[in-house]
Amino acid sequence: MLKRQYYIAFGLVLFVVLVVLNLPDQKAARLKLAIGGLFLPLFGMAGSAQNLADQAGKTFTSRSALLAELDRLRRENQQLQSQLLQAQEAWRENAQLRRALGWQQRALWPLKPARVIGHDPANWWRTILIDVGRRDEVRTNMVVLTPDGLVGRITHVGFSQSHVVLVGDPNCRFSVQIQQLTDKGIVAKGIISPSASSLDRLLVDLIFVPGGSLLKPGQSVVTSGDGGIFPKGLAVGHVVDVRTNDFGLNLEARVKLAVNLNHLEHVWVILQ
Amino acid sequence: MNWLNTVALLLVAYLAVFCESSCRGFRNLFGAQIDLLPALIAYAALSAGISTVAVLATLGGLWFDSLSANPLGISVLPLFVVGFAIHYWRELILRDQRYAQFLLGLAASALVPVFTLLSLFGAGADPLMDWWSLWRWLVMSVGGGAFTPVFFCLFDRLNRAFSYQPLPQTSFRPDREIKRGRVPHMDH
Repeated sequence: MLKRQYYIAFGLVLFVVLVVLNLPDQKAARLKLAIGGLFLPLFGMAGSAQNLADQAGKTFTSRSALLAELDRLRRENQQLQSQLLQAQEAWRENAQLRRALGWQQRALWPLKPARVIGHDPANWWRTILIDVGRRDEVRTNMVVLTPDGLVGRITHVGFSQSHVVLVGDPNCRFSVQIQQLTDKGIVAKGIISPSASSLDRLLVDLIFVPGGSLLKPGQSVVTSGDGGIFPKGLAVGHVVDVRTNDFGLNLEARVKLAVNLNHLEHVWVILQ
Repeated sequence: MNWLNTVALLLVAYLAVFCESSCRGFRNLFGAQIDLLPALIAYAALSAGISTVAVLATLGGLWFDSLSANPLGISVLPLFVVGFAIHYWRELILRDQRYAQFLLGLAASALVPVFTLLSLFGAGADPLMDWWSLWRWLVMSVGGGAFTPVFFCLFDRLNRAFSYQPLPQTSFRPDREIKRGRVPHMDH
């Protein structure tokens, strides 16, 4: 026979759970961010400790290693400057052609740097927490990337932190196009979906590719721009292997992501 | 059980959730993150009252969900149900044995994710499920089981350090003391 205090405890917990689960979406999201905000001091302390450790590590770097690094960075800087000049010229030419054809002008993406402060503690989601929020003009569904390619999109925005759903999460499916290895021509389109057969978090499935498409390992996969969230042409990854599905009606492929999601430390948010 | 232990349990739960979110070592090594809350619930259920179990399950679950993509509050009930069951049958459990603590933590860490996933499916969510989820489940269960004796050890030491310890009963009984020497002469 259960004691009275068991009934009271069970009733109270059930009441709290039912109230919280039945909150309207917006209020639940606010409450979630408010509770998550309790961890911000710890995340801040962890970040400061990491910075201190990095600085301490730099103190012990030898002068010759620093000079070698400086020399390498100078050469890389010169190379990047020459590439920038070429890119600016191409950009100007592209803008002129678009104007001549009456196409809409492309704007440069305003980017906001952010630090990854946490990962989803549950094993059945792939999300991260970053240290930018409403105060940095970040909004829901903004795109998150690194120089290597697409990372994901923002789902919840707090005052100074945001949740990002990563590529490969069940809540982050989107349309992509597969490009030829040589002339970057479009081979086919498909949908990026979580991998059903891999422990490797860097592998995702490419599904609903029309049968007969010339999919080959090594081809690059970029966002198609369909759906209105992800801009066209962001690098997603490359095809690893291809298999036939539904008696040849569809093709499926495994895609190795361009960004190493296991070691994300800094990302960029497109403020658009 | 005293309020200090309840506060310590909540503090450790808070730190555990933070570590689960910020430490990537286990995740990168084994492909899964270990959840420490079921192990804490197992300890609390054996050592504290049902009210402490309820508070720990509620706050721990809410903290966990706040850093996760879980709907807020979905982890509370699985934690409480497991804690409730252990608390109800705690007289039958050998809580001082290390292997019993490990098995208890293993069972709690295995059951909580299953109940949470069932709740998620019930709520219409679409969590990441594949054949490798079995591996992740195994890592979570064994990892949680391995941490349970650590928590028992930690909190027992904490209790010894901060709580009043009653002196053990001595086996000395004055009425059974053997009097040596002559029996004193008694005048009538």
